[in-house]
Amino acid sequence: MSKKKTWLETNTFHYSEFWNLLHLIEEKEKQGLKISLCIPTLNEEKTIGKEIIIFKSELMKRYPLLDEIAVIDSGSTDKTLEIAASFGADTYLSADILPSEGFKPGKGENLWKAIHQLNGDIIVYVDADIKNIHPRFVYGLVAPLIYHKKIQYVKAFYDRPLAFSQGVRPSGGGRVTEILIRPLFATFYPDLTGIIQPLSGEYAVRREVLQDLPFPIGYGVETSHILDVYHKWGMKAFGQTDLDQRVHRNQTTIALGKMSFGILQSFFNRMQKYGAIEKLPELNQIYKHFQAQDQQYQLIEQEIKEEERPPMSTIPEYREKFGLDKKNS
Amino acid sequence: MANPPKSINDLLNGVTSLRDQVKENRDILLANLVMMGEIPAPTFGEEARIRFFLDRFTEAGLDRISTDEVGNAFGFIRGTEGEKTILVAAHTDTVFTTAIDHTVRVESARIFGPGVADNSLGCAVVVSVPQILEQLNIGLKHNVLLMGITRSLGRGDLAGLRFFLKNHQVPIHYGLFVEGAQLGRLSYSSMGMLRGEIHCNIPDEYDWTLFESSGAINILNEVITKMMAIPLPTKPKATITFGSVHAGNSYNTVPTSGTLHFEIRSEQAGKVGVLKNRIEEIADEVSSNTQAEVKLEVVARRRPGGIDFSHPLTKTAKRIQESLGVVPKIQPSVGELSALIDKQIPGITIGIAHASQLHSLKENITIEPIFSGVAQLVGILQAMDGGFCDE
Repeated sequence: MSKKKTWLETNTFHYSEFWNLLHLIEEKEKQGLKISLCIPTLNEEKTIGKEIIIFKSELMKRYPLLDEIAVIDSGSTDKTLEIAASFGADTYLSADILPSEGFKPGKGENLWKAIHQLNGDIIVYVDADIKNIHPRFVYGLVAPLIYHKKIQYVKAFYDRPLAFSQGVRPSGGGRVTEILIRPLFATFYPDLTGIIQPLSGEYAVRREVLQDLPFPIGYGVETSHILDVYHKWGMKAFGQTDLDQRVHRNQTTIALGKMSFGILQSFFNRMQKYGAIEKLPELNQIYKHFQAQDQQYQLIEQEIKEEERPPMSTIPEYREKFGLDKKNS
Repeated sequence: MANPPKSINDLLNGVTSLRDQVKENRDILLANLVMMGEIPAPTFGEEARIRFFLDRFTEAGLDRISTDEVGNAFGFIRGTEGEKTILVAAHTDTVFTTAIDHTVRVESARIFGPGVADNSLGCAVVVSVPQILEQLNIGLKHNVLLMGITRSLGRGDLAGLRFFLKNHQVPIHYGLFVEGAQLGRLSYSSMGMLRGEIHCNIPDEYDWTLFESSGAINILNEVITKMMAIPLPTKPKATITFGSVHAGNSYNTVPTSGTLHFEIRSEQAGKVGVLKNRIEEIADEVSSNTQAEVKLEVVARRRPGGIDFSHPLTKTAKRIQESLGVVPKIQPSVGELSALIDKQIPGITIGIAHASQLHSLKENITIEPIFSGVAQLVGILQAMDGGFCDE
């Protein structure tokens, strides 16, 4: 039996395995864990209200799995924060957290700042654009961490059957995963191809791991997390949970091109950091694509710079708030 | 357990505080509404929604959780004395097919989605009753039978509720039907009603030169013109509503079939039958004039009846609404209530919230009034329980 098969067998779950929420909560309380939900937002007024209502009713009131529900916003111009607050979420502007560190616009920034702001021993991240929100999006990711001490980082994956009649189902990720990430992983990190949707925006992580991860603030955050966790903690640290269907907005191919461009920067930088590539030429940070009108082709240039935040455990305010220096002394 | 209200005045004085307590449990109600609303439930296709009812009843630890042969959902809250049983029910079916997007959207003041008001909200309230009574620390003497009703609308013709009323093993003493909209609704009587379809079919061997007809639309038009000429009494009022016409599918092809949907309503016993006979005559007349097949099919029927306006149940419900600042809108029902009335069980239908764009994809509910609507329901339950609704 190959190593990868073993991991797939032991560390892949389906959310329905965790239907017994009362038992899950007992176990959580026994371990004395606190769990925080972070929803990073930028103009999500259409879907945010529903997410808050469902998580609050089902996973705080009915089954007290979550200790806090926080929305961390990069500066929405719509009513995202107003709606989230009106249904009882804690709302924060990313720029107001750790002001000494400044503010960079990007989803990764919100995820990073959540580590400082939120108090949970486990932080679960859920994107705000899910139309078919359901409690499974949280408990399906948290449960493997509660039941399996060795697992540190649990990713979501979804069934995306485009069309099939019988037999084997094509189980895969989105377009960027299948065209970019999987070929890269298959080439450089065959173990990691076992992670079915490395780019999914839903994952739950233990604080001890989260605070030691650097955070690219843009498109590369999920990819570099996977490489960093793999190098530091190994394949056994990952879990993944099938959450069935996720309905969300579809992105244009051009948007996916920009995303891939950002991810490639992070990927190459990691390759160099881990010595897989010796000498990386300077990476261009201007993305170029074309727009055609009649017989005229127009070149469009856009800067996509993958800035990176250092591990939270290197930030003095964080060390102070969570007493890291006391623990070590 | 909180002490039950000693008198009706005691109860009326307490309803606004009930509303505040209901509001504290907003998350439970709204989450149930969102989840309920995202489960499609066309008439005869309510299984998934019924499953949700049963799951919720199980989580609440109710007794006698079950379904029956027509798919209705039941959960039983045992009363401390258990002498009488109150039925609290909502029809689970909606007018939307499974094919349309059932995503529910939540804004700070409103909730949008097909069927959210009719009747996902009514359903959400019924499944929330156990938790709300628990949170409000209210224990009732009487049993409460919670029910999700299948096959109510259109061609369902109240089949779910009728099956239950014909076969139930627990005697029912009061009925309370919950509709999402509109808050203030108070129905205690049933109107005489008949829903019918006029089907027009032109035979293949039709001789177009002989009868100067140019198709099913013209024939239906003749039927409609004659129906509009039927004299209708204004007191007691009778109405004929044309609901929809389906015929043809192009600009220049003569349609050979068509259907007209209509509804007759009257508060007067026997009047609906008289009008139905007249429409049947019209169909026969037009059929013989044109040699096309014109037939009346009756899809649903209700007899008029109900409790009186002076019945303590009606009066008490009205006073509870007024104490909450809700303006009562008394209207006869053609829905579930009429099946209950047929069985001589006192009952009323109430609405929970203000809704607009009903039965469209933009259907929406205003959130704030929901809490008054639910407080009203709890108040009426306490009134039934306290004997303030008995003759």
